[in-house]
Amino acid sequence: MEVVLDVMSGTCLLLGGFLAISSGLGIIRFPDFFTRMHAVGVSDTLVTVLILVGLLLQLPEWLVVAKLIFILLMTLFINPTASHALAKAALKAGLTPKVSGETKEGERS
Amino acid sequence: MVLGLFNYWAVVVLMMIGFYIVITHGNLIKKMVGLTIFQTSVFIFYISIGKVDGGTAPILEEGIKLYSNPLPHVLILTAIVVGIATTALGLALIVRIREAYGSIEEEEIQHKDDLA
Amino acid sequence: MLALLVGVAAVIARVRDLLAVAMLLGVYGLLSACLFVFMDAVDVAFTEASVGAGISTILMLTAVAITGRRESSSLYRSSIALVLVVLTGGLLIYGTLDMPYFGAIDAPANLHVSPRYLVDSLREIDVPNAVTAVLASYRGYDTFGEVVVIFTAGIGVLALLSITREPKDSDEEVDALNEAMHDKHLIVRVVSKMMIPFILLFALYVQFHGDFGPGGGFQAGVIFAAAIILYSLLFGLSTARRVINKPVVRVLSGVGVLLYGGVGVISLLRGENYLDYNALRENPIDGQHLGILLVEFGVGVTVASVMMIIFFNFAGRREHLLLNKDRRE
Repeated sequence: MEVVLDVMSGTCLLLGGFLAISSGLGIIRFPDFFTRMHAVGVSDTLVTVLILVGLLLQLPEWLVVAKLIFILLMTLFINPTASHALAKAALKAGLTPKVSGETKEGERS
Repeated sequence: MVLGLFNYWAVVVLMMIGFYIVITHGNLIKKMVGLTIFQTSVFIFYISIGKVDGGTAPILEEGIKLYSNPLPHVLILTAIVVGIATTALGLALIVRIREAYGSIEEEEIQHKDDLA
Repeated sequence: MLALLVGVAAVIARVRDLLAVAMLLGVYGLLSACLFVFMDAVDVAFTEASVGAGISTILMLTAVAITGRRESSSLYRSSIALVLVVLTGGLLIYGTLDMPYFGAIDAPANLHVSPRYLVDSLREIDVPNAVTAVLASYRGYDTFGEVVVIFTAGIGVLALLSITREPKDSDEEVDALNEAMHDKHLIVRVVSKMMIPFILLFALYVQFHGDFGPGGGFQAGVIFAAAIILYSLLFGLSTARRVINKPVVRVLSGVGVLLYGGVGVISLLRGENYLDYNALRENPIDGQHLGILLVEFGVGVTVASVMMIIFFNFAGRREHLLLNKDRRE
């Protein structure tokens, strides 16, 4: 049981790390603002969730588990909202997909 | 020796970048940014002095023998908050300068002052 | 990590767009906070993350929104400046050759007062977080000065930027504005409405838990102010003005400083030195606990209200300028 948990936690952490590197590469290399936003979304949400689940599977004492679960929940709430807000701001500034141009400032409400 | 002193040298490089920004850029907000970089580099310097190899965070607990030095932490905590206070005041001054002179580039402000 | 910081700083120096510079400064602050965690400075990392990466970015963005986005391209006398900078850097590096190595346990900084703080604070103050013990009790006078500095910055921003005659939006206008904005920004509003109570609760947790873990008055005040700023960013200044009563906030900023000074005066009246918490109760340990609690609370109240004052004045100034521009045209 211990070994299974260790292996699963290690897989999660490694996968999270690999996705982080690949999404970092994506931010640099993708041609358009919106595709870059997708890369950011992957790294923000998916990578954080994977790493946190990997840490959870190490089964530390219950207080740490509770704190990690809270961080997980907050991340799941906040990061997609941030991506949404960014994309909305870009749309409002007139940036449309498939057209790469200057990224203009979106207005804060 | 390089590894032991590397953190100080990196701090000096950061300090110099901040210094360079303050001297050469004419835009007032850029100068504030340079000052902030300078301040943060000084914080890193102090905290790196307080670190003890093999010590942990200075929260006293049973069974831990070696702690990092808490005194620089206290000083830098104060310094960070004072830094933001001065940054806020500086930015408020910049806003008023913008309203009075119409621009925040040093040369244009000097120009307007020389004309008046 | 340090190399990353140097890279970010170099990029900040080169970028012309001030909005990007403000964002990069936030990144810089966050990287510094991670660096502080590596160096075991958890309280400092907390403060730097909340202040440097949070509030400072917001203030810069608000200032850039008022003053304009691009920087004009003249860099004067950059070659002389480069020489000067390299010279100063070289001298400083020469100065560091004598310094103790990173992490050395016998560095002079670690030898004189700090062992006494670490060893005796559990016996004299009984607070596990050594940084809070030193900040609030051993060096309480310095912290008092710091609170006064923050208060002064709040007053300074008030003096520079406050608008005396504010647009008094009627309730119907504010409600109409809210309805119109609600559809446009639905997701962000709903999520943040769910999050803001938790952020406020977290601020209170950090405030009172500062004795046992990283935390304390400053971080708590900043997080509290950040929650209110989030609310006013998303729901509009007029709605936020209905929630936050401006005279009350101004009075609160003074109340915090008064609380801090008052604790010291009570110690004086009981016959001990100023800010000597041993005098507050019969049992000195209880006195220390009470003193630290009150003092940190005063700090938290002042920091929160001053941050709110600063933000509302910056945003209010911008609103005032935009309104006047419309009226003039």
